[in-house]
Amino acid sequence: MRRAVEAVWEFVVGDDWVTAVGVVVAVALTAALQGAGVSAWWVMPLAVLGLLAQYLLRSRRS
Amino acid sequence: MSASQWALAVSVFLACAVEAVEALTIVLAVGTTRDWRSALYGAGLGALTLALLVAALGPAVDHLPLGFLRIVVGGLLLVFGLQWLRKAILRAAGLKALHDEERAFERESALARSEARPGPGPVDVYSLVIALKAVLLEGLEVAFIVVTFGANQHRLGLAAAAAAAAILVVLAAGFAVRAPLARVPENALKFVVGVLLSSFGAFWSAEGAGARWPGGDAALLVLIPALAVLSLASAEWLRRGSKRLSEAEGAS
Repeated sequence: MRRAVEAVWEFVVGDDWVTAVGVVVAVALTAALQGAGVSAWWVMPLAVLGLLAQYLLRSRRS
Repeated sequence: MSASQWALAVSVFLACAVEAVEALTIVLAVGTTRDWRSALYGAGLGALTLALLVAALGPAVDHLPLGFLRIVVGGLLLVFGLQWLRKAILRAAGLKALHDEERAFERESALARSEARPGPGPVDVYSLVIALKAVLLEGLEVAFIVVTFGANQHRLGLAAAAAAAAILVVLAAGFAVRAPLARVPENALKFVVGVLLSSFGAFWSAEGAGARWPGGDAALLVLIPALAVLSLASAEWLRRGSKRLSEAEGAS
C-alpha cells in the first residue's frame, strides 16, 4: 500500500512538491475570486509564470 | 479539424513519440543482448496493458461532470506540463544533461549482459520483465494524457489515433535503423509538449474553476506562443548566466 502511494506521489508530484501545491492553490484562488464575482482568468497564467520561475531560480542557485 | 483538435493530436503525438523512443531503447537493449522474442513479448504485454487502461478509463472519465473534470484534469496536466517544461528549459540551458539514447542503450545492454543467462525454456523472464516495465512506465503518462485530453474535448478516438500513429512511426524508424534513435530531438519535443500541456492545463483548470477567458478558446492562441517565448527566453537567460559563471571561475 505504502509503495503504491509512493509510486502515485512520484508520478504526480515528482521532484517538486511546490509546483503541485501551487497549482492547487491557484485553482482554489480562481474559484474563490470567481465566487466573489471577480473575473479571475489571469490567476492561472500568473501561477504558471511564478511556479516556473521559482523552480528555475532554485535550480540556478543549486 | 479545429485548431484545438489539431493541438490535441499534436500534443498526444509528440508526447507519445518521446516516450516511445525511450521505451524502444530499452527493448532494443534487452532484445539484442539477450532474447528478442521475450523482449517483444514484454513490449507487447506492456502496450496491451496500456491500451486496456485507456479503453477502461476513457469512457469512465468521459462521464464525469465537465467542470470537475476540467479542474482535476487541467490541474494534473499543468503539473505534468510544468515538469516536462522546466526540465526541457534546464537541458536547453545546459544545466541538465541531455537524454542520450546511445548512452542509455549502452547502460541497459551492460545490465542485461551482467544478469544470469536464461536457462532452457521458452521465455527469458529478465528480457520480458524489463521490456514490459519499460513500455508500461514510459507509457503511463502518455496513457493519462490520451485519456484526459481526449475526454476533455470528447475526442478520445482522435487522441488514441494520434498515440498509435506516434508508436507506429517510432517503431518503423527503430526497425529501419535497428539502433537507438539517437538523432531524435528529444529535448525540443519535450519542450513543445511541456508548453502545450502547461497551456491547456492552465486554460482548462481556470475554466473548471469558473473563470471565463477573454476571447474564449482563442485565448489559447495567445497563451501557447506566450509561454513558448517566455520559456525560450528563460533557457537563454539561464545559459548566459551559467556561461558567465564558468568564465568567472575559469579566470579566478
